[in-house]
Amino acid sequence: MKKLSPSECAAQCKVIRRHIIEMLCAAGSGHPGGSLSATELVTAIYFHFLNQDPAQPEAPDRDRFILSKGHGVPVQYACMAERGYFPVSELATLRKIDSRLQGHPVKGALPGIEASTGALGQGLSIACGHALAGQLDGAAFRVYCLLGDGEINEGQVWEAALFAAHRRLDNLIAIVDANALQLDGRCTEILNIEPLAAKWTAFGWHVIELDGHDLPAIYAALEEALAHRGQPTCLVARTVKGKGVSFMENQVEWHGVAPTAEQARQALAEIG
Amino acid sequence: MRNAFAACLEELAAQDPRIVLLSGDIGNRLFDRFKERFPGRFYNCGVAEANMTGVAAGLAKAGLRPLTYTITPFNTTRCLEFIKLDICAHRLPVVVVGVGAGLSYAELGPTHHACDDLGLLGLLPDLTLLCPADARETRAALRAALAHAGPCYLRLGKKGEPDVFDAEPPFEIGALRPLRAGREVVLLTYGPLLPEVLAAGAALDATVVAVPTVKPLDTAGLAALAATGRLVTVEEHALRGGLGAAVAAWLAASGQPARLLTLGVPDQFLVTAGGQEAQRAACGIDTAGIVAQVRTWRQQLGDVT
Repeated sequence: MKKLSPSECAAQCKVIRRHIIEMLCAAGSGHPGGSLSATELVTAIYFHFLNQDPAQPEAPDRDRFILSKGHGVPVQYACMAERGYFPVSELATLRKIDSRLQGHPVKGALPGIEASTGALGQGLSIACGHALAGQLDGAAFRVYCLLGDGEINEGQVWEAALFAAHRRLDNLIAIVDANALQLDGRCTEILNIEPLAAKWTAFGWHVIELDGHDLPAIYAALEEALAHRGQPTCLVARTVKGKGVSFMENQVEWHGVAPTAEQARQALAEIG
Repeated sequence: MRNAFAACLEELAAQDPRIVLLSGDIGNRLFDRFKERFPGRFYNCGVAEANMTGVAAGLAKAGLRPLTYTITPFNTTRCLEFIKLDICAHRLPVVVVGVGAGLSYAELGPTHHACDDLGLLGLLPDLTLLCPADARETRAALRAALAHAGPCYLRLGKKGEPDVFDAEPPFEIGALRPLRAGREVVLLTYGPLLPEVLAAGAALDATVVAVPTVKPLDTAGLAALAATGRLVTVEEHALRGGLGAAVAAWLAASGQPARLLTLGVPDQFLVTAGGQEAQRAACGIDTAGIVAQVRTWRQQLGDVT
């Protein structure tokens, strides 16, 4: 795989955002806000960091990527298609009858999806299992797990956080897409999860707080996480929900609504 | 159904100050009026359903009438042990409300499918399982649940379900609801699948009886129906653990000579996409699937040639 530089990755992010808008518009339903907020994070992982062969997505030595915030799967599908896991044309089948592209990721339907998620809260535990197996086997692979800041209301996340730190799973990288909105409103108003960095630190993690749309910062943070030994690392990535589309940015209404054809045209014009 | 639920709950909350609504990060606009009218009686508990369930138990122990509300799998199977111990073992009058019965959220994938809730919750002692079919029966079931002294599970669809009832029907917990008289088999069903079954009943000249209380079962009513000799259960739920399994167990123990056909969701995860109608058809529980399977069954039984 050709590893994209941060500037090349920025260009790739535009392509990914266009796919997200187009596929959700075609599906008539889905979750744009949390897909767009995670675009730089997921694109950087898929196009620079994730050691995975699209032709052999079950290879034992592969890096793992678990999308715990499963509703953000359009960004993952877009990255997977662009990386060659399946034809880009298949993106248009999102949520259609008999499609492999479900509204949440389904393990088994689509090679390359690591775990069925979308119930929220369970992905980090699965990631811990992968990481522990890697540790036990002395394997070199890394495990990336993307969580939402609303999602980590779930208590199971904090059980997993305790476990990962206790077991010194330094092959595990959690990334919190901290877009500050959850389904029903602002995180600070629904169930305040802040201060995020202090919480993960208190749970025994190495924590890096960063702008989740700043690709050089994302690259630097992931490099630091890969080099860090003795602790799992958590990236607290501050993001904007709906990033890249003016009328979606920071709007809680765009958590789980697809754009109309007209809205999609405007969104694509803005993305460029 | 969820709009009817919200509107009816608002009416009931005006009459009963003990009613408190807990939600798991959904229902912002849906419950806006409730929040306005009854400050301090709506709590968005965040994406933290286990805690919400325990909080509801505590509120009920203090004499309130709490309801927990979120998408079905997260309010039921995710919280199974907390519903079992915090609510049921204490026999607390909490109403657990799941929105998205069966394949309501078919296109969201198996994380959001709810075809196992009745089977798992049905194992919990004292938990009453209420499964209304449309907006008006939702109102009736909600009233019954809040008048009930013990824990209830209220299984709702989402929104836009076709109307079955012209007016709010009476709702007696544990009673069957005959809806159509026919000369052939008896079709038993519940929930938003009812219009499909009624259409199948018309095509088959079958009797259709709704079972809005899946637990406790109206066994006296079933005994009368079993006398016809041919029972068919149809449900948007797994065959294991649903109405069909409950009727089968009752029938086997009762010694009634009736034959039973159970239709429902097969024992597998539905991993390819498709909306509710497509998934119902794939499971053979849409009108055409019901009619075809009943006809085949009756040929196998030698009822018809």
